[in-house]
Amino acid sequence: MSVLIYTESAAGKIKKASIEAVFYGSKIAAQLNTQVVVLNIGDASNDELATLGNAGASKVLKYAALTTLDSKAQSKIAGAAIEQEQATVIIFTNDLVAKAIAPRLSARYSAGMVTNVTTYPVINGASFVVRKPVFSGKAFVDYELSSDKKIIVISPNSFPVEKSGNVATVSDLSYTLAPSDVTITLKEVKKDNTDHIPLPEAELVVSGGRGLKGPENWGIVEDLAKALGAATACSRPVSDIGWRPHHEHVGQTGIAVKPNLYIAAGISGAIQHLAGVNQSKTIVVINTDKEAPFFKAADYGIVGDVFEVLPKLTAAVAKFKANAN
Amino acid sequence: MKILVCISKAPDTTTKVLFKDANTAFVEENVTWILNPYDEWYALVRALELKEAQGGNVTVLNVGAADNEAIIRKAFALGADDAVRIDVEPTDAFVTASNIASYAKDKNYDLILFGKETINYNGGEVGGMVAELLDLTYVSMASKLDIAGGVATMERDITNGVEIIEAKLPLVISAQKGMAEQRIPNMRGIMAARSKTIETVAANGASALSVTKQFELPAEKSGCKYYTADQMDELVQALHAEAKVI
Ligand SMILES: Cc1cc2nc3c(=O)[nH]c(=O)nc-3n(C[C@H](O)[C@H](O)[C@H](O)COP(=O)(O)OP(=O)(O)OC[C@H]3O[C@@H](n4cnc5c(N)ncnc54)[C@H](O)[C@@H]3O)c2cc1C
Ligand SMILES: Nc1ncnc2c1ncn2[C@@H]1O[C@H](COP(=O)(O)O)[C@@H](O)[C@H]1O
Repeated sequence: MSVLIYTESAAGKIKKASIEAVFYGSKIAAQLNTQVVVLNIGDASNDELATLGNAGASKVLKYAALTTLDSKAQSKIAGAAIEQEQATVIIFTNDLVAKAIAPRLSARYSAGMVTNVTTYPVINGASFVVRKPVFSGKAFVDYELSSDKKIIVISPNSFPVEKSGNVATVSDLSYTLAPSDVTITLKEVKKDNTDHIPLPEAELVVSGGRGLKGPENWGIVEDLAKALGAATACSRPVSDIGWRPHHEHVGQTGIAVKPNLYIAAGISGAIQHLAGVNQSKTIVVINTDKEAPFFKAADYGIVGDVFEVLPKLTAAVAKFKANAN
Repeated sequence: MKILVCISKAPDTTTKVLFKDANTAFVEENVTWILNPYDEWYALVRALELKEAQGGNVTVLNVGAADNEAIIRKAFALGADDAVRIDVEPTDAFVTASNIASYAKDKNYDLILFGKETINYNGGEVGGMVAELLDLTYVSMASKLDIAGGVATMERDITNGVEIIEAKLPLVISAQKGMAEQRIPNMRGIMAARSKTIETVAANGASALSVTKQFELPAEKSGCKYYTADQMDELVQALHAEAKVI
């Protein structure tokens, strides 16, 4: 028996969210008294993979990177590891990869699954109870899984990692993909040539709405983001009218974010916008209208004009950072 | 081209979420149900566009009770050719997926389209499960889709960009923003929707892999602390020392 954590690496690095998943898995394994095995598909070196011991892994199985995400191929590789290690609990972090692969494994193994989990399971014999946000963050639900195999896809930035100082052993997973398992051909990659922080992984987010009046005014949003080391986001109308790129649109029909800090500038706080940001730990709202609904969801509020407040906040952040160094 | 679009119903996005029976059931009284936006705006509209351009047939499929027929009629009004309802109130994603797979298995669809997720349960699971049960290729979260010569060309997000990929039909896809634009049904569509028939199919008896124990509403925020534009140093200090986020 084992707890298996599915991870990937790119450009030699393991994502922070994957390390959280390894730690999460190790906590469950400690309760079940079983091994913690990590599967890593990618290009990280053996030395890099061995550091997963620090997050609780005892053994890492590695497999060479594929050219692109292929749900069938990757689910076959994961299946090989699950069967070899007799995994009964399989952990993913909630990202594009998990969305592609985890449901396939659930159906293949009749394994109950829950996505975007925010708690450690309450374990009672064969029963695991885990919690996730539903109704776009307007409520939580507790799900019980009692199948032989269970798949838990955890919410990123929810489980702080405690380092153990251990080192994991690293070996290759031997498995040969059948040609029919490779189903996707990569034609082209279009990277936007900025090095901005990707929103789903961001710990700090500065977001602008229609109150910014036009795309030419986004400099003050970007300045604050830069001072903080934050990602930038926007409300839906802002991306619909083309002031900002679509991948910045947060909310019910855009990306759901869960940063430590979400700063909303000139956004009214419509229920569909809140649906994508209400899991943020701390929310700061800047709005000229003291009745704006966003203030009800805020921890800190400034009733004021973004064109005055944002530069002042940027200056205060810069001053704070300078003093901290 | 034969296209199946799996549609679910969801509470209108402004719905007040409340629970009853010791927090085990969602209060459905006074809820306005809509077609799940991802299924309607992206999956269904793109399916209709492909049919209009290349010919073929678009069938919509819902797993649910008879009162789901209103949202199925909305799909007719938008232009779906046929509709099927599998007569069971699903208790989890697997029950939904298993029933969809049983129905689709011998129908030779070229494309089976899903939304990215339902906005009430936010699972994003059903499409991938159906792909596995039918042993088909699955692309999740596609933001563009074109078909030519039996090959689908798709775009999907990657970290800091997008990639363009290809896969052979038949194919299962979950759709997100970018794939199409919302359509407003026209009068002719609405009239035609009234007279079309919804085929009802019996459930396959699959049982759930997960059980809903209890709902909970999030704790109320303890209240907003206000600062003026001239107190930004104080705000930054609070974010550091009190909220501990910077
Ligand atoms: C089905 C559905 C799904 C939706 N999904 C989403 C979604 O995913 N994400 C999303 O964001 N929206 C979504 N919406 C739209 C949502 O309902 C709102 O219309 C939208 O969030 C409003 O954007 P906004 O706050 O930028 O603009 P507005 O509502 O116009 O608000 C602008 C705010 O800026 C303030 N303001 C103006 N000038 C200044 C100034 N100088 N300084 C400071 N403040 C100023 C105003 O007081 C106002 O509160 C959805 C709607 C529907 C029906
Ligand atoms: N009851 C249902 N009937 C038909 N399709 C469904 C149903 N529930 C979910 N789906 C489809 O599966 C997708 C993902 O749903 P979920 O896994 O619940 O987030 C939705 O966007 C729909 O396309």
